Amino acid sequence: MTINHYIFLSVALFCIGIIGVLTRRNVIIIFMCVELMLNAVNLLLVAFSKMHYLAASTFDAATKAGTDAQLFVFFIMVVAAAEVSVGLAIIVMMYRNTHSIDVNFLNRLKH
Amino acid sequence: MGITQLLFWILTILTLGSALMVIFSKNPVHSILWLIVTFFSISGHYVLLNAQFLAIVNIIVYAGAIMVLFLFVVMLMNLNMPAAPLKKKWLKFAGVLSGGSLMLVLIAALKDTESMRREVLMQTGDIGLINSLGMVLFKDYILPFEISSVLFLSAMVGAVVIGKKT
Repeated sequence: MTINHYIFLSVALFCIGIIGVLTRRNVIIIFMCVELMLNAVNLLLVAFSKMHYLAASTFDAATKAGTDAQLFVFFIMVVAAAEVSVGLAIIVMMYRNTHSIDVNFLNRLKH
Repeated sequence: MGITQLLFWILTILTLGSALMVIFSKNPVHSILWLIVTFFSISGHYVLLNAQFLAIVNIIVYAGAIMVLFLFVVMLMNLNMPAAPLKKKWLKFAGVLSGGSLMLVLIAALKDTESMRREVLMQTGDIGLINSLGMVLFKDYILPFEISSVLFLSAMVGAVVIGKKT
């Protein structure tokens, strides 16, 4: 597999996430589409790390090139887990106050 | 076409199809279940790239913890009513149009770049194993690792403070 397959897959996944954020109004589904975009970026980082490793391992068989990208993916997952816990708490509080999970109820800053 | 290519295309179709089902299904519970399918197929991609540690972490953290949290919120608060079709049609159309044109621009910009034909190492290579990742994580990235534990603590405290009854 060449890298362009992974780039096109990640671009498609990211744009599906963007379409979901723009068209849906349920705040939980918007949040899930953000997770989808994060996963598209993660997949692309892992693919690039393997591409970089293949390029580096032709000169040096014991190279560690590409390890950093996979650790970045690990840290992205850590931050996403923290983000989800706080975000869902905010959604629960919003539902308790407005009895709706529609994002259009949150336009009070406009008026 | 070898078995690796075949698995890549099957996983790609599964990923994109279930991602489309996430944004087009009416019931939020169905969306969450389709998102779990998406995460499992992305984990399959990681296995195919021999990033075994990330595949396991993706299943445990995303499909295991985060999606269960989503399901808990949706089911405990009884939010699984189908969405009312209040939104104007042209607004939905504009959203699909702008997302699709972003995809068009990105693909057209990246299609002819020089490095697009470079191979990705599939199935072999040991940088994705937990041995080599752990050596680098606890030597070079020990400070971000500890800072992320502080981030988790603050996120936990924040979630409790926000979520409790006033």
